[in-house]
Amino acid sequence: MPCPESSASGWRSVSNTAPSAVLSDSRPRRQRGRDPFLWLAVASSAVIVAFILVPLVEMMTQPTLVSLKETLMDRDVVRSIRLSIVTSSSAALIALVFGTPLAYLLARRQFPGKKILESVIDLPIMIPHPVVGIALLSIAGRNHPIGRVMQSVGIEVMGTVTGLIAVLTFVGLPFYINTVKAGFEEISPRLEHVSRSLGASAGGTFFRVTLPLAWRHMVVGAIMCTARAVSEFGAVVIVAYHPMTAPVMIYERFTAYGLKYSQPVAVWLILVCLVLFLLLRIFSLKPKAAS
Amino acid sequence: MIRIEQLSVRLPGFSLGPVDLCVEEGEFFCLLGPTGSGKTLILESVVGLVRVSHGRIMVSERDVTGLPPERRGVGIVYQDCALFPHLSVEKNIHYGLRYHNGVNSDGHDRCRHLVDSLGLARLLNRSVTTLSGGEKQRVALARALATAPSVLLLDEPLAALDPCFREEIRDLFRSLHRETGITVLMVTHDFTDAHTLAQRVAILHDGHIEQTGSAETVFRKPATTFVADFVGMQNVLPARVESGILIVDGLNLALPTGNGHHRFAAIRPEHVHILPKSNDTGEEGIPGRIRSIVNQGLFAELAVETCGVTIKAVMLTSSLMEKGLRQGGQVFLCIDPADVHLIQR
Repeated sequence: MPCPESSASGWRSVSNTAPSAVLSDSRPRRQRGRDPFLWLAVASSAVIVAFILVPLVEMMTQPTLVSLKETLMDRDVVRSIRLSIVTSSSAALIALVFGTPLAYLLARRQFPGKKILESVIDLPIMIPHPVVGIALLSIAGRNHPIGRVMQSVGIEVMGTVTGLIAVLTFVGLPFYINTVKAGFEEISPRLEHVSRSLGASAGGTFFRVTLPLAWRHMVVGAIMCTARAVSEFGAVVIVAYHPMTAPVMIYERFTAYGLKYSQPVAVWLILVCLVLFLLLRIFSLKPKAAS
Repeated sequence: MIRIEQLSVRLPGFSLGPVDLCVEEGEFFCLLGPTGSGKTLILESVVGLVRVSHGRIMVSERDVTGLPPERRGVGIVYQDCALFPHLSVEKNIHYGLRYHNGVNSDGHDRCRHLVDSLGLARLLNRSVTTLSGGEKQRVALARALATAPSVLLLDEPLAALDPCFREEIRDLFRSLHRETGITVLMVTHDFTDAHTLAQRVAILHDGHIEQTGSAETVFRKPATTFVADFVGMQNVLPARVESGILIVDGLNLALPTGNGHHRFAAIRPEHVHILPKSNDTGEEGIPGRIRSIVNQGLFAELAVETCGVTIKAVMLTSSLMEKGLRQGGQVFLCIDPADVHLIQR
């Protein structure tokens, strides 16, 4: 007796739920087009995108091809862009060498004061940029023991490429460390555990397992660090007005000759940044495609 | 052989031990317990991945407590296999050879034998990301055994597998253990895995071992109410002793066994027999009323209310239909005193 009853109710429940499931699938699709919230979101997104793109496109299209060519022929401009790229890449390289172990420690270890250390690493993002320059100069001067040691071994910060690299490393480090830390966190610690159990030392495990899985994040981190450093002005102008990096040159041309003369240099700098951005997208998109 | 003596691990919010455990040479031992009981922590202590607060761990008569993982000679296979995603199947299996003088013919011969016996020959050049769950487990097993470890640790290796692969990998573990004679310590929360594979088991609860013994003993004669519950006793009832006879509270089920120390009576649900109450059968057991029936397909779970106590029973669905048992129906419960197990705590 219980058997026919239960099977009958079973049939009933199936036949009842099937049409409602179809309705629940199709209704939102039809409603989606009329949803005012969606249109509000689209409209505000369009405003934001326009806010970013319109000034940039306007500036990119203002200079004539002739003026762009002339600017590229200007040795000072080429030198400043080259200096920007070289110093920023050096900053990224330093961040890679010294920031990778720190990022690994932060991703893998729990220790007292970890949150404070993470906040310290983020400080360069929050501090006003001229303050960064002033802070670095204050330890590099003769009044500070570190400054005296540096000068005794011939390291000058004020107005030198060394000073530029130091200040760019300072502002770019958080971008590198946070990106690489996130990369290490994505790798299961179990892979490292298994590697250790198979006989590899901690160092061997890092180079045979962790590094091959995290290198893409390291490249992305280095590109982000470079991009951040290329665009730095506030800290650079305090530490080294000369030799002139591209942002300082743009500023100088703007204040001395006006908008028209600063725009072509800005266009070339933007093109350099676009190449960096393109590289960033290529390296950051690959893992998604693989997954 | 693995011998764990007075092992304690203190972590923020959890404390393991002190735990004493001995896995004999060539034994297949299962560590059972619910999630969060500290099973994996014991395993990781043996591998050397967690800092031990107190105690000693011996692997093959060697004190490994202070040694780093790479010097312990302990292989591990995780539930998610933890295969190196950037390496091919072959490179995964060969990963540890260079650290064990395995680059010579001995290691390669062992790998070749493992690849053949685990049926991995056609997968060698594949990326591990394209393998099925069962294939991944076999690769992880081959990788762990390639370095000829003294002991093999398995961390819930069957938990994430589909039922069809589960049976296959279970058979594989059984045959590999028989063939290699390696000491195995497996962690699981599934008693079926332990029952089919292990020679002995230990039940872990809240960082402490509740009972150690053969799977059959633990299954039939749990030492504590927690173990009884864990192995699916379902009916763990408070009991008391009066004039040498054990009275199960409310039921007045008098049993000529027990002493003053027993405080609980445990009955497996399959040992509770239910008969329909009909005019011609007369009084055949404890009268009760079916409170609920949960149809599980092949089996049905019944909850029968009697004298203020709810007794759980399991029976074949076909038998349930044959007897015409329905929710709310009056029935008789029959329990053989030999099937009642007495527990002290």
